[in-house]
Amino acid sequence: MASDARPRGRTGTAGPVQPDAPAPRRPHGDPLHPGAWWLWALALGTAATRTTNPLLLALLVTVSAYVVATRRPDAPWARSYGAFVKLALAVLVVRLLFAVVLGSPVPGTHVIVHLPEVPLPDWAQGIRLGGRVTAEALVFALYDGLKLAALLICVGAANALANPSRLLKSLPGALYETGVAVVVALTFAPNLIADVQRLRAARRLRGRPDKGVRGLLHVGLPVLEGALERSVALAAAMDARGYGRTAEVPPAVRRTTAALILGGLLGVCAGTYGLLTAEGGTYGVPVLLGGLAAALAGLWLGGRRSLRTRYRPDRWGVRAWLVTGSGAAVAALLALAADRDPAALHPGVVPLVAPALPLWPAAAVLIGLLPAFVTPAPEGATRKEPS
Amino acid sequence: MIRFENVSVTYDGADEPAVRAVDFEVPEGELALLVGPSGVGKSTVLGAVSGLVPHFTGGTLHGRVTVAGRDTRTHKPRELADVVGTVGQDPLSHFVTDTVEDELAYGMESLGLAPDVMRRRVEETLDLLGLADLRDRPVSALSGGQRQRVAIGSVLTPHPRVLVLDEPTSALDPAAAEEVLAVLQRLVHDLGTTVLMAEHRLERVVQYADRVVLLPGPGERPLLGAPAEVMAVSPVFPPVVDLGRLAGWSPLPLTVRDARRRAAPLRERLADLEPRREAAPAPAPPPAGRRLFGRAKPDAPSPAHVAEVRSLAVRRDRVQALRHVDLTVAPGEAVALMGRNGAGKSTLLGALVGLVAPSSGSVRTGDAVPHRTRPRDLVRRVGLVPQEPRDLLYADTVAAECAAADQDAGAEPGTCRALLSELLPGVSDDTHPRDLSEGQRLTLALAVVLTARPPLILLDEPTRGLDYAAKARLVTLLRALAAEGHAIVLATHDVELAAELAHRVVLLAEGEVIADGPAAEVVVASPSFAPQVAKVLAPQHWLTVAQVREALS
Repeated sequence: MASDARPRGRTGTAGPVQPDAPAPRRPHGDPLHPGAWWLWALALGTAATRTTNPLLLALLVTVSAYVVATRRPDAPWARSYGAFVKLALAVLVVRLLFAVVLGSPVPGTHVIVHLPEVPLPDWAQGIRLGGRVTAEALVFALYDGLKLAALLICVGAANALANPSRLLKSLPGALYETGVAVVVALTFAPNLIADVQRLRAARRLRGRPDKGVRGLLHVGLPVLEGALERSVALAAAMDARGYGRTAEVPPAVRRTTAALILGGLLGVCAGTYGLLTAEGGTYGVPVLLGGLAAALAGLWLGGRRSLRTRYRPDRWGVRAWLVTGSGAAVAALLALAADRDPAALHPGVVPLVAPALPLWPAAAVLIGLLPAFVTPAPEGATRKEPS
Repeated sequence: MIRFENVSVTYDGADEPAVRAVDFEVPEGELALLVGPSGVGKSTVLGAVSGLVPHFTGGTLHGRVTVAGRDTRTHKPRELADVVGTVGQDPLSHFVTDTVEDELAYGMESLGLAPDVMRRRVEETLDLLGLADLRDRPVSALSGGQRQRVAIGSVLTPHPRVLVLDEPTSALDPAAAEEVLAVLQRLVHDLGTTVLMAEHRLERVVQYADRVVLLPGPGERPLLGAPAEVMAVSPVFPPVVDLGRLAGWSPLPLTVRDARRRAAPLRERLADLEPRREAAPAPAPPPAGRRLFGRAKPDAPSPAHVAEVRSLAVRRDRVQALRHVDLTVAPGEAVALMGRNGAGKSTLLGALVGLVAPSSGSVRTGDAVPHRTRPRDLVRRVGLVPQEPRDLLYADTVAAECAAADQDAGAEPGTCRALLSELLPGVSDDTHPRDLSEGQRLTLALAVVLTARPPLILLDEPTRGLDYAAKARLVTLLRALAAEGHAIVLATHDVELAAELAHRVVLLAEGEVIADGPAAEVVVASPSFAPQVAKVLAPQHWLTVAQVREALS
C-alpha cells in the first residue's frame, strides 16, 4: 500500500537512523477499519448466545480479552474495557443473587442451604422469597449469567478496539455533517469535566471548600457558561473553515431526493405494518424491501449535495475481511454446533454433571484469535519496553 | 487582496459603532499588522475579513469588505473558506477533530479537495510547521506553541490567499513565538500569502510587518502606513521604539539590530551612569538549620520568608512536572518565574497555593503547609490570580462579587469594593464581570485576592491580552504592593514585564530551576529572555526605557 512510501517524521530525515532501531512511530497507515472490529466483536457476542457451556464461554471471553490486550491502543476511548468487565461481573453477581433470593423454577435435589422463607400475601402468589437454594438452580443461573456477561465483554472489546470518531467518519456522505456534530458532542464531555475540575480548584483560591456537593453546584453555572461560549467559538471556527458548504444541485435532483426518501420511509412503514398484520402477509415483505431501497437511494443521491471528500478513509482491506471473517466463522460454527450437538453446548443441570469441553466447537472459538496476529500492533506497545 | 471601503460596524443593542470609517487595503503578499489599545475593535475588523462579522455575530455592517474580489456581504464565511483562513485567540476552541493529522485535513475535506491532493498538502504542512513528529497526537495533549502551529496549519492546508490571525503569539513563550512568526514570515515570502494580524506584543511582531494599520481609539479613523511612520505617532509601541523616541532617532528603529547600530552615542552617554534599581528587599537569610516549625501565630510579625520550597518534586499523570525545586521568597520581593510553555511554572504556583500536592519535598507559605490547610485559612496567607481570571469570578455583578470576597476572606464589608475603586476607578457596581475588558477583569480578580491581605500574591500569566497601557497600570499597582511588603511571584512569558517589575528572575526548564538571581543578571545573560533595551544597550545593564530616561534627565 501507499503507506510505506510515507516519510516517517523528522527523525528520519534529520540524521542517520540505525537500521535495526525501531521505527520512531507506529506507521499510521492502514489501521484496521473500525467497522471490522465491531463486526468481529458482535459475531463473538452472537456466538456466546448460542451456548451455555461455561468452558466455551470462558474460552470466548479469554479470546476477546487476549485480542484486546494485544491490540488496544493507548487512547482515552480504549480505557472503557475495564468498565465493561466490571459491568459483566456485576450482571453475573446480580443474576446469582436473584437465583438465591427469589428461587428458581429449576427442579433440584442438591440443597445447599435453606434460607428462611418470607411469607407473602395471596396476591403475590408465584413469587417466593428465600427458601431452598439448590446447587442445580445456582449452576443454571451461573451458566445463564455467564452468557450475558460474555456478550457484554464482547461489546466492551469492540469499544476498546475501534475508535468511535473514525467509525463515524465511515458514515455515508449525506449523514456526515451529523457525524461531525456527534464527534464534537463527544469531545464536549471531557472538556466539561476538565472545566469542572478547574473551577472547583479555583474555589479553593477564593477560600471556599473545594470538595463536596455544594462546591459542585456552585460551579455549575460558570461551567455551563464557559461551555456555551466555547461552543459558539467552535461554531464560528467551523463555519469559517467551510463546515456546511453545499454543492449546487439541479432542482430536479433535489426533488427526486426528497421524493425518494419520503416515499422510501412511507414504504418501510407500510411494509412493517403489512408484516405485523395477518392480512398483509403477501405484500409486507416486498413493500418493506422496496421502501428500504428507495430510502437508501435517496441517501445516496442526497450525498451529492455534500462536497466533502474524505482524508485517508479507512479502507476495507484484506485484514478487515480476515478479522470479520474470523468472527463470522466462530458465530457460524457455534450455531452449527448448537444445532448438531445441543447436549455439548448446553450442559444439563438436572442431573448435575460436570460440563465437558466439546473439542471441535472449542477449536472453532480459537479462530477468533486471528485478529491478534493479522492486525498491526498499536502505537506504544513496542516502544514502552526499551526506555 | 483585502479591501475595506468606509466600513463601520454596529453590534445589536450598542449605541455606538464598534468601528467607524475603516478604509484601507492590504495588497497581495503583504503582512499587515493591526494595532491599537484594547477595545478599539481590532477583533471586529479581523472578523469582518472572514465574514464572521456580521454573518455570525450579528450587527450591521455599513460599507463594503471585499476579499480576493468576493464581497463578504454576499458570501457567507463558509463560502470564503477557500480564500480566507482564520485563527482566533484560543486555538483550542478552533479544533474540530481529535488528532493533529485529521485537524490539518478537516478544512480540505469541507472544501472537497481530491484525496491525493489532501494527502500531499498534509505532509507538506507537517514539514513546513515542524509538526511531523506530532501527527498522531491528540490535540488536547499539545503544548501552547504546538497548538498555535497546528491551528495555523489547519487553516493553511486549503491554501488560502489570506490569513487572519488574532493575537497569535500572546500565549506563547518567546521561543515558541519566534517559531510561529518564522512560519508566518515564510508563508509571506515563499507562498505570497497575505497576512492580517492583530497583536498586543509589538516587540515581537512589528519588525515583520510591511504595513501597520493603527486604530488609535474607539470609533476613530484608522491610520495606515509604513511601520516606522505609524510607530512615531502610535499610542502603543514596543520598548525599542520608546527608546528611539527618547533618543530622538529618525527614522525610528523597529528592530534591535537597527537600534544597536544607532545606539553607540547613547551607550557612550550612559557609560558613566548606573541604572537605578528598584530597592530590592534585603536578601533573605539562609534558612536557620532546622525548618521553621510552628513559628508564631498568623498575625505575628512576618517570618523571614513568606514562602519556602525545599527540594520539591511533583508528578502529574506520569509526567515529572517539577524536580528538586528550591525557592524562598522574602516579603516585599517580586519574583518572575520564566521558562518555556510546560516548564512547570504553573505547577509551582499551584503547589504554593495547595492546588497541587507535592510528591516529595516540602512547601510552606508562611507557617502553613498549603495543601493541608483549609482554604479559609489559606487565603490569608497566599492568593493566586489564575491564568484565566474569570475562573475566580462567579457572581453576576461586580458588587456581588466584592461582597462575596469580603465574606470569603472574613474581612470588613466593603473592603474589596474599596480596594477595587482604588485599583480601578470608574467601574460601576452593576457591571457583569464578563463585560469587563481583560485588564479590568484581571484587576477585579486581583482585588478579590487582595481582600484577604495575603502576604504572598501569585499571578499566572497576568499580561496575556493586556495592551501597553493596561500593562503599565498593572506594573505600577504591583510595585506599590511590593513596596507595602507583599511578596509577589509571577509566572510570565513577557520579558518586558519581568524586566520592569521583578527583583529576581527564576528560570525553569523541564521542571528544574536552571537560574535564580537578580533580574538584571539573569535576563541579560539569556538571548531569548533579554528585554529589548538590554539587547540594544548591552553590555551595559539597562533593562527598561524608564531607567534610561531617568538616568538621562
